[in-house]
Amino acid sequence: MIIDSIQNGIVIDHITAGKSMELYQILGLDQLDCTVAILKNVTSGKLGCKDIIKIDREMDLDWDLIGYVDPSITVNIIRDGKLVEKRTLKLPERIRGVLKCKNPRCITSVEQELPQEFVLTDREKRVYRCRYCETQAGK
Amino acid sequence: MKSLIDILELSEQEIMELVNTAGDIIDHPAEYAHKCDGKILATLFFEPSTRTRLSFESAMLSLGGKVLGFSEAKSSSAAKGESVADTVRTVSCYSDIIAMRHPKEGAPLVASMHSLVPVINAGDGGHNHPTQTLTDLLTIHREMGRFENLTVGLCGDLKFGRTVHSLVSAMSRYPGVRFVLISPEELKLPRYVKEQYIKAKNIPYTQSTDLEAVMPELDILYMTRVQRERFFNEEDYLRLKDSYILTPDKLRGAKESLRILHPLPRVNEISVAVDSDPRACYFKQVQYGKYIRMALILKLLELK
Repeated sequence: MIIDSIQNGIVIDHITAGKSMELYQILGLDQLDCTVAILKNVTSGKLGCKDIIKIDREMDLDWDLIGYVDPSITVNIIRDGKLVEKRTLKLPERIRGVLKCKNPRCITSVEQELPQEFVLTDREKRVYRCRYCETQAGK
Repeated sequence: MKSLIDILELSEQEIMELVNTAGDIIDHPAEYAHKCDGKILATLFFEPSTRTRLSFESAMLSLGGKVLGFSEAKSSSAAKGESVADTVRTVSCYSDIIAMRHPKEGAPLVASMHSLVPVINAGDGGHNHPTQTLTDLLTIHREMGRFENLTVGLCGDLKFGRTVHSLVSAMSRYPGVRFVLISPEELKLPRYVKEQYIKAKNIPYTQSTDLEAVMPELDILYMTRVQRERFFNEEDYLRLKDSYILTPDKLRGAKESLRILHPLPRVNEISVAVDSDPRACYFKQVQYGKYIRMALILKLLELK
């Protein structure tokens, strides 16, 4: 299967196979009116199998968010058909407004307009904890 | 402006300064009787905790300051739905320092983000209670003369007991400390506490279900209550409950220098017969709680 290369835009590469839809949703790419291609299960020498997202225009991306979803991702910025920037990502120290604390005793469950914020406490195990009550994300 | 939300915000040096100040207050109370003249402590207790609130109020009054506040949420504007942020913005206009107790975890942190004056976390749900840990630390230091090279036994409900988790995190910073974790299987110290504070620092520890068997090793015995509601079935509770009740018999093999601590209130986990044992420190601990809160108020108000 062949998908054309893009002239001006962004290629989100080396996405762990199966994670592209999560990234598509979390980055709000469904709101874009330009062409967005999601390639799933692409053969990769490095990963064996990977997903790729191609966005046919330049836009601001939340690097922390992408790093949180999948720190192995590479983001390529393309201008006039040429690669002008290649960014590797890492797990962000903090994530705001994405995860929701599930602890019913957490202050975020009642306080008006308090932003949800999680802090990376164990990089090796990818553990994030609520800034307020320290409950582990996803628990 | 500094607040105290979590015990780990204090360095070992700052804890030592507080311990030294508290010691000086114990030795020379008159010299501190007017240090807070003209200062106001607001005690915002969104849930009742008479013991902690009175300790803070007694601390401020002993420093010559005044206190105002409320002792339960229904007598505050929270009952009308006001946010913690708005309550604290208002109260910080009326006071110089705030002690806050709240059933929601993280509420004092939110308060500190909006307050014009220092905020002390006086307990937030099952999360943090740093002045209890400071109290425990002052008791250990006053009684043992050091934090280093101690075998600290923690007994009872190690799973849900926040005072246990905080004490483990605080004591894990001192060299030569060893932990003995004594609890029923159902109430063992959570894995993340063990990994974060004990294993990550290669601190030696042992786990036991038998208090009597490990008693001779201990320098400190920190008792907590095994509560009926923590068990899935009544049989297990009935089988285990007496194993974690401290009696004079269980103290037979203990060192003379052992010190027994308890965050209180006690229900039945320490027999009243133990109270007269010179190793029992839990009522002295209450007294130390006031002195360390006095030292903390002085520190946060930047008064010498």
